[in-house]
Amino acid sequence: MKIIKKKFSILLSLFFILFAQNIFAVESKDPIKLTLHDWTGQLITTNIMAEVLKEAGYNIELVPADYIAQFAGLQTGDLHVAMEMWETTGRDAIDEYTADGRVVNVGTTGMDAIEEWWYPSYMKEKCPGLPNWEALNDCAEAFATPETSPKGRYLGGPVTWGGYDDERVEALDLDWEVIHAGTDGALFAELESAYQRKAPIMLWVYAPHWAPSKYSGEFVDFPPYTTECYTDPSWGINKNAAYDCGKPRGPIWKVASSILKDKWPGAYNAIEAFTLDSNEMGNLVAAVDLDGNTVEAVVADWMANNKDRWGSWIK
Amino acid sequence: MKNNNISNKIIFISLALLTFIFYWYGKEITSYFDSKWILKYPKHHAIPFAIHTTSFVKWLINEASFGFFTFKDLTRFFAWIIEQPYNLILSILSKGILKGQGQDAIQLMGPLSWISVIGIFFTLASYTKDKFLIFLVLFSIIYLAIFDQWQSSMITLSSIIIAVPIGVLLGILLGILSYKSKLLEKMITPILDLMQTVPVFAYLVPILVMFGFGPVSALIATIIYAMPPMVRTTILALNSIDPQLKESGIMSGCTERQLMWKVLIPSAKPTLLIGVNQVIMLSLNMVIIASMIGAGGLGYDVLASLRRLDIGGGIESGIAIVVLAITLDRLSQAFANLPTLTKKTQKKFYVKYKKIIFLFLYIVSVYVLGYFYSFFKFFPNELMINTSSFWEELVKYININYFDNLENFKIILLTYFMLPIKKFFLGIPWPWFIFIITLVGWYYGKLKLSLLCFILSVFIVTSGLWQKAMITLYLCGSSVIIASIIGIPLGIWAGLNNKANKILTAFIDTLQTLPSFVYLIPVVMLFRVGDFTAMIAVILYALAPSVRYTAHGIKNINNQIVEAALISGCSPRQLLFKIKIPLALPEILLGINQTIMLALSMLVITALVGTRDLGQEVYIGLTKADIGRGLVAGLCVAFISIIADRIIKAGSNKLKNKYGIK
Repeated sequence: MKIIKKKFSILLSLFFILFAQNIFAVESKDPIKLTLHDWTGQLITTNIMAEVLKEAGYNIELVPADYIAQFAGLQTGDLHVAMEMWETTGRDAIDEYTADGRVVNVGTTGMDAIEEWWYPSYMKEKCPGLPNWEALNDCAEAFATPETSPKGRYLGGPVTWGGYDDERVEALDLDWEVIHAGTDGALFAELESAYQRKAPIMLWVYAPHWAPSKYSGEFVDFPPYTTECYTDPSWGINKNAAYDCGKPRGPIWKVASSILKDKWPGAYNAIEAFTLDSNEMGNLVAAVDLDGNTVEAVVADWMANNKDRWGSWIK
Repeated sequence: MKNNNISNKIIFISLALLTFIFYWYGKEITSYFDSKWILKYPKHHAIPFAIHTTSFVKWLINEASFGFFTFKDLTRFFAWIIEQPYNLILSILSKGILKGQGQDAIQLMGPLSWISVIGIFFTLASYTKDKFLIFLVLFSIIYLAIFDQWQSSMITLSSIIIAVPIGVLLGILLGILSYKSKLLEKMITPILDLMQTVPVFAYLVPILVMFGFGPVSALIATIIYAMPPMVRTTILALNSIDPQLKESGIMSGCTERQLMWKVLIPSAKPTLLIGVNQVIMLSLNMVIIASMIGAGGLGYDVLASLRRLDIGGGIESGIAIVVLAITLDRLSQAFANLPTLTKKTQKKFYVKYKKIIFLFLYIVSVYVLGYFYSFFKFFPNELMINTSSFWEELVKYININYFDNLENFKIILLTYFMLPIKKFFLGIPWPWFIFIITLVGWYYGKLKLSLLCFILSVFIVTSGLWQKAMITLYLCGSSVIIASIIGIPLGIWAGLNNKANKILTAFIDTLQTLPSFVYLIPVVMLFRVGDFTAMIAVILYALAPSVRYTAHGIKNINNQIVEAALISGCSPRQLLFKIKIPLALPEILLGINQTIMLALSMLVITALVGTRDLGQEVYIGLTKADIGRGLVAGLCVAFISIIADRIIKAGSNKLKNKYGIK
């Protein structure tokens, strides 16, 4: 029965491919270049988009590129699509390059980025008040290292990520010291190291990412973010300082070269229609990074199970 | 002369004392005069070099035009020229010959299989008739296949195959031109200095915009970084040719072109090949950075495993880079040492021919066999080895069992060694610091050097980056001190003992070509982020030259002096400490100089573990795509290294004159 089903689905998809290629006479057979970065979630998003566009008959090329450096290529039209630009880390670049219209924002991917202070669950024994942020001061010492003692040590992201953690510590009057990692590789190397030793650690973690699924732990609950919190000192707990709240949770955007819309309007519409949600992505990432499947296999699986959804993107 | 020496000493001691007084009482002095500017250069006086640079580069790219075509058209044209041979090589080694683009492409002919590539390297190595080398080459290629690095290493190899000849040819041409015209040489030297010392991260973004995103930009960045030694060695080689040779060439009626290509270049060949060797090594150093802008290959694998915290994967790909580097390096060195083939061309040519025909037949037959047995096309998966878990377990074991010991060690070193140095550099008022540097320049190189030191350090102050520059000096300084403490004794040992030399050379070559990204993760796991981790990474990378130059200096001491010392009854200990080490001192100094250069170039990468120096500034410039910010900070790094380089070289020359060695 299973085999028949499989055969049937293969036949169906073959039929669909032929059918699809007849229906969607694409605007240009030149390859559309999508960029690949070095984290799994982005590889999955991009590969799904690539497969969908291929189904629609477009010619696709995948190019490895640096997250920020790629903008130079998008601007000149050497590259066409970047599937993940995080509000939280890519805002400056998006603003800078979309200003003259040569790079365009194609809307959100449907996924939301979370970035916040995070601790492994074994630390809850030493600091039972967590995840409430008010517990942070009581157990600052439990998170201290010889260099920061008696203050707690919080490992923040690279300075380039922004995040206002120094200001946050100040505004919420936390007995913590912010240490900046230079890159997220270093960030998670420290987490891995501490996790192996069950040693105290508090650090910046973001999701969707494999870390929250590989290590068990929680985000700290800060007073929720509002725009006023960052701009208006009188808002919130501390009447004299801004940043007395958590970090904003922003969408993950798709950006593209302006050439895309002119040359392949159909592909542009398909990319605009693309959406995934964060949980779904978390599961896909875990299937790759934790269960050891290849990105291609996971993507193929997703494609087989979600025909209706991606079918509607390329209508 | 004696008097002069004594007064020099007095001046030196009093200056040192003054420096310490300024350092201890810096804060008191500033508060006494109520002038904070002495310690901190006022921000509103900083010249916005960064903004000017950004707008200039933007103008260049968006508007500059030569009438018929724009500046961008020109750069794109260059990119196109380089792209053609690159695509050809890439097709042969990795992609196969394709028709069409993207997923529509049809493979008309497969790439060379691993067996064929082994054949090619074997043939190359067999020319040298060096059994050890043949073995090394075979071992390396098989490593690439067994550890599943084949695809990526062929992509990397293709870019090396393109970048190296272009770098070498351009280098030789520029070298010849500057040999002919002293004016050009004077103009080109500072540019070469900048090419070598401005961190690559600083000019990555402008290059991307000019040459387009992809392997070509990566190739161009590689060439910029790897070419300068070729120009330098060419000039050096041509200048050191025996003038009699040149004269006899002229007398026998050579035209100028014949003189250059038939007489001078061939006789400069051994030195030139050292330059080639440098180009190869530096190109492979660039592999990681090149992969950030679309080169793919082994560098991309290293970065991706860093992102996944896959320590083992990073090590395997990193070692693949080392293996490629050492193979190419040893091969090129062996060819450099081959007897020149000029005279007996007839016979040798025939032998060459035979081998190439055999190789050709071999490749064709492997290709045909590939149709029937996939073994001849792809290395079988079952034979591949994966050591990821081993490395992971190893680091885990060290982490769980020795973390506390390492932490204690780190804290001791931090509090008693690094922090005092940091306080020292940050405590000296900048006007005094500039004064001292200018004075040192005067002492070693009179007006010219002191002027250079003055202007360059004033640039750093006025760009508003003084603080970061001082942190750079502190990190670089502490690393260089430790690297010298480790490296010089090792170098002495290698200089005295041939066996030690061989082992140490292999060890340092590995350290130098192993991308630092590979060990960044384990080091962070064991020492947390921060200055200490950065220092370890810098030491590992910058250790090599202090070992190498010291060994070279000890080995190349005039034998007659050693014999004279032995005859006059020196004990081995005396021989070493009274004769050999002092005589090798100029070389050792040059080694330290190189260590400083490497340490500075490494600082950009240590920004990834959270340092707050100029390297970080360059990195921020890159990640925010702020062209000017990156370039200006990059220039500051370059200026620091130029100042250090000039002063140490002048000092080394002074020593050489003192001991009468040339």
